[in-house]
Amino acid sequence: MDNILIVAQILDGRVKKGTHSAVTFASRVAKASGGTYTILALGSDLSGQTDALSRLGAEKVLVAEAADLDQALAERWAPIIEDVVKEGRYRIIVSPSSTTAKDVLPRLSHRLKAGMASDVIGVTFQESGVRLLRPLYAGNVNATVEIVTDIKVITVRQTEFAPFEPLESQSAIEKIDVPPPPELLKRIEFNSFDKSVSERPDLTEARVVVSGGRGLKSSENFRIIEELADLLGGAVGATRAAVDSGFMHNDFQVGQTGKIVAPDLYVAVGLSGAIQHVAGMKSSKVIVAINRDEDAPIFQVADYGIVADLFKAVPLMIEEIKKRGD
Amino acid sequence: MKILVPVKRVVDPEKANQVVISEDRSRIDSQGLGWKPNPFDEYAVEAALRLLEDRGTNEMRGEVLVVSLGPDEAIQQIRWCLAMGAHQGILVKAEDEALDASVVARTLASLVRKESPDLVLMGKQTVDGESNQTAQILAEILGWPQATFAGRISAPADLSRATVTREVDGGTIDITVRFPAVISVDVRIVTPEGVDNHVSSRDKPYEEGPRYASLRGIMRAKKIPVRTYEMEDLGVDTERLVNTLSFAAPPGRKAGVILETVEELVQKLKEEARVI
Repeated sequence: MDNILIVAQILDGRVKKGTHSAVTFASRVAKASGGTYTILALGSDLSGQTDALSRLGAEKVLVAEAADLDQALAERWAPIIEDVVKEGRYRIIVSPSSTTAKDVLPRLSHRLKAGMASDVIGVTFQESGVRLLRPLYAGNVNATVEIVTDIKVITVRQTEFAPFEPLESQSAIEKIDVPPPPELLKRIEFNSFDKSVSERPDLTEARVVVSGGRGLKSSENFRIIEELADLLGGAVGATRAAVDSGFMHNDFQVGQTGKIVAPDLYVAVGLSGAIQHVAGMKSSKVIVAINRDEDAPIFQVADYGIVADLFKAVPLMIEEIKKRGD
Repeated sequence: MKILVPVKRVVDPEKANQVVISEDRSRIDSQGLGWKPNPFDEYAVEAALRLLEDRGTNEMRGEVLVVSLGPDEAIQQIRWCLAMGAHQGILVKAEDEALDASVVARTLASLVRKESPDLVLMGKQTVDGESNQTAQILAEILGWPQATFAGRISAPADLSRATVTREVDGGTIDITVRFPAVISVDVRIVTPEGVDNHVSSRDKPYEEGPRYASLRGIMRAKKIPVRTYEMEDLGVDTERLVNTLSFAAPPGRKAGVILETVEELVQKLKEEARVI
C-alpha cells in the first residue's frame, strides 16, 4: 500500500491545472496499490484555494501557511514537506513538473534518502512497484525507470496526464504547524518576483497555442501572432531564439528548456523546428507550420504545412477565419 | 575565488534525434554522432569566466575548476573548457550507466570538500538525461543555498554573494545568495547582459553565447595536467537510487500534408481536424 502526498502547484492565487494532472497520476497509483492520496499546499494565505483543493478526491488537504512561504524557497519548503512525509508515512511524493517542484523536490529527495524521477510521462504497475516512463534526449527516447528506495519522489508532466475532474464531495482540510525557518535561510534573501503579464490563457493550459520564432524579426511583429492567438482564444508562445532576441519574455518559451505544451492546436509561425523546440510541443494534437523554407524540419512534425511568407500568410489566415466565423 | 563547474559530455545535441536504441532495448547507441560538453554546462563555464574576469585588463580574480564524471574520453570535453579559459581539470572515471543524479551529486560533494570552492556553477540540466536534480541535491548535501535556473547573475566586486535572476513559471524571481552556494544556469545566462561582476567595463559588451577557444587557449589547455580519480579514491557511496530498465522510441507523428492555400488550411482546421 502506497500512501501518496501531492504537493500542489499554486501560482498567482490559482490552483494550477498541473495539480489536477498530479492528482490523476496519484489516483491511478493509489488505486493500483490500495493506498490513498493527500494534498499539501504551501503559501502565505491559501484561503482562496482550499475549496478547489478539497474537491480533488483526496483523503485530506493539508495547509501550511506562513508569511514567507509564497517565496517558495527550496531551503524553506523542503524541511516542511519532509516533516509532513515522515509524520504521515507517505511513500510517494508527487508534484507537477513546475519550476517550483524542480527547485524544491530534489532537495527534499536527499533529505528523505529517496530516489527521484523527473518529468514522468507514464506509469505501469508491477509486483515490485511502480515503473515510470520518462523522456530523454529532447523527447527522442523514452526510458522506463524504477526508483529503488522506499520513498519515491516524482514530478509528472501535465501534458501526459488528463486533469482530474473536480468532485462535488469535499475532503477534510487540516492546517499544519509550520516550523520556523532553518538557519540556512540567513544566507538567502528573497528580493522580488517579477510577474510576466498576459491577459491571454496560460500557455500550459490553453487549447490553442500560436508560437513565433526568429522569422518574426521583431517584438512589434509578434502582434500578428498575438492577433491570431486572440482570434482563436489561444496563448502565445515563442522559440528560444525569439526570447533570446528579446521579442518575448522568457516565460513564453516553448521547448526542452521552457514550457512543455500539448494543446489541441499548435500553430508554428516562422520557426524552423529545432530539436529543442519540437521537444516542447510534439504532443500537440494538431500542428500547423507556416514557414518560407520548405526544408524546415518543423514540416516533419506538422499535420498541415503552408510554405509561404508568414507576413502574408498569417494576415490571410486571420481574414479567412473571421470570414468563416460569420 | 575558486569556482567549480561540473561538465558532462553528451551526444551532440543537434543529433539527439539520431540516437539508436539497441535491439534488446538495454542501450542507446550514439556511435558516430560525436560528443559535446552539455550546453548548459558550457554556459556555466562561460558564466564562471565572466564572473572572475576583468575585460579591461584581462585579469582573472580566481580560478575555474572543471570536473567531469565519465570515461577516459571525456577528457576531451574538459580540454575544451580549459581552452575556453578554465584553469584546472579533474576527471572522475565512471560509466554513464552507473550514475544517477544522486550518485553524481555525492561525487561532486566529495570533490567540493577536497577542493573547497567558493561557488559551484553548473548547468540546470543535461540535454540527454534531463533530470534537473544534481545542483539541488548537491546544495542539500553541502547545506549550501541554491539559486536554480539563473538567467542573470550579478555579483559585487568582492564576490561575497550573488544576486540571481531565476527564470520560473510566471516570470522571474530575484534572490541573493551568500557564498558558498550552488547556482544552476539557464540559457539566458550567456546573453550579453547575463553576468555582471561590477569590475568588467560595460564598454566592451560580451558576444551572445559561450566563447570560442582561441588558438592560444587551445595551446595553453594542452599544458594543463588533468587530474584523474576513481570513485573509490573519493570515498563515494556509489549506490544508485534510480535504475533505468529499458529504452524505447516514443511514438512518432504521422507525416502531414503541405497545403497550397491558406483558405484550404482554415477549411481543414474547421472541417477535418475540428480544432477551430
